[in-house]
Amino acid sequence: MSDDIRGMTAELAADPDSLVFLDLGEALRRRGQLDAAYKIARTGLTRYPELARAHDLAGRILCDRGERDRAFEAWVAALELDAGLVSAHKGLGFLFHQAGDLASADKHLAYARQADPDDAGTAVALERVRALQRAAPPTPTASAAAATPSAPSEAPPGPAEQAPAGSDLAAEAGLPFSFEEGSPSPVQDAVFAGLDGGTDGLLLVDSAGLRLGGGLRSPEGADVADSVAALLAGVSKEAARTARLLELGDWRGLAVECGDGNLFLSAPTDSTVLLTVRGLDMPMGRVARFAERASTAARAWLERTG
Amino acid sequence: MSAAAELLDRLSTVRGIRGSALVSASDGLIVAESLMTGVDGRAVAALAASLVNRLRRATECAGRREPMFLQLHAAEGTVLAAPCGAELVLVAVAGPDANVGLARLEMFEVVGRLA
Repeated sequence: MSDDIRGMTAELAADPDSLVFLDLGEALRRRGQLDAAYKIARTGLTRYPELARAHDLAGRILCDRGERDRAFEAWVAALELDAGLVSAHKGLGFLFHQAGDLASADKHLAYARQADPDDAGTAVALERVRALQRAAPPTPTASAAAATPSAPSEAPPGPAEQAPAGSDLAAEAGLPFSFEEGSPSPVQDAVFAGLDGGTDGLLLVDSAGLRLGGGLRSPEGADVADSVAALLAGVSKEAARTARLLELGDWRGLAVECGDGNLFLSAPTDSTVLLTVRGLDMPMGRVARFAERASTAARAWLERTG
Repeated sequence: MSAAAELLDRLSTVRGIRGSALVSASDGLIVAESLMTGVDGRAVAALAASLVNRLRRATECAGRREPMFLQLHAAEGTVLAAPCGAELVLVAVAGPDANVGLARLEMFEVVGRLA
């Protein structure tokens, strides 16, 4: 056992609520200790069932174990919780590629590529998928093989008869978008696609206090997005009024330090407000920079969607 | 000079700070102030108290603890505020050249002494 794994194991034993299980599970997976890794991931998931990265970890381990159907379900669960989780998109891209559903593989890998352009592995995988698509017409209905337990071959499976269509499978799995050829994926259209916390901790609100995108949960896990959204419009108007009446010009941002988190309010456009919430582990200066990136993403999304 | 006024004077010596005030959170009235000429103390007090109260509701709704410090960054300056117990809010107005980090530390120091 390496020192790293020993240290993380000790840390987890001392604090079973620690998120170190994510790193420990991944370290064990990389060493090929898949059963031990899965045990760690499963225990972590019982404590953090709403943590997308825990589902993602389980997906990677299950994929390594050859349990593609369960890996598929794990990555779908991860994306339900965080539609922008790049590693889950890469995992699903891999599974769809293996299953021969090149169109769906392309969608997930293209998303991962867009979100993380420096990842050479994703670029190569995407190029490979596109080369295969150019060489042969797509077979979208083959996608279900990704979730078929009896699909052990590394080669793309044959035709579509193995299981239901990918879109049906996605629907059965509760995936909030369709894999139908040509239909835009809401994941790719998500406001904060590619940003960590796109479904929790980033909240885009219109001037009437209605949520446009993103999400927010309380530290206890309750969905507070809509109720907070309703209050934010008033806060931003008050901020603008304060800056204007004190002759300080246009307001640029409002940083709020709470005892258990850092909040940053900004206005991507004149008619929208963006709330960024992070834990105390992210200093306010970094929260402000992250909020800038989220504002840019929000503006781009608003332009795309009109 | 009261202890509060002395603390506000000290805060106002931080580079870029145009003035500071201790404000009643409930009605936005000034309790003590140390403001440069040209800064409307009553407006500062009323607006900052209103903003803090709105933020209190928002953070409570989000399941977060009360705001400890807030910074409203605008094109030509910054408003800083730190609740001082449930009743008071310490407010400072800063120009664009202010050392906000130092001002923040000084404000926590003032809040600690007044609490």
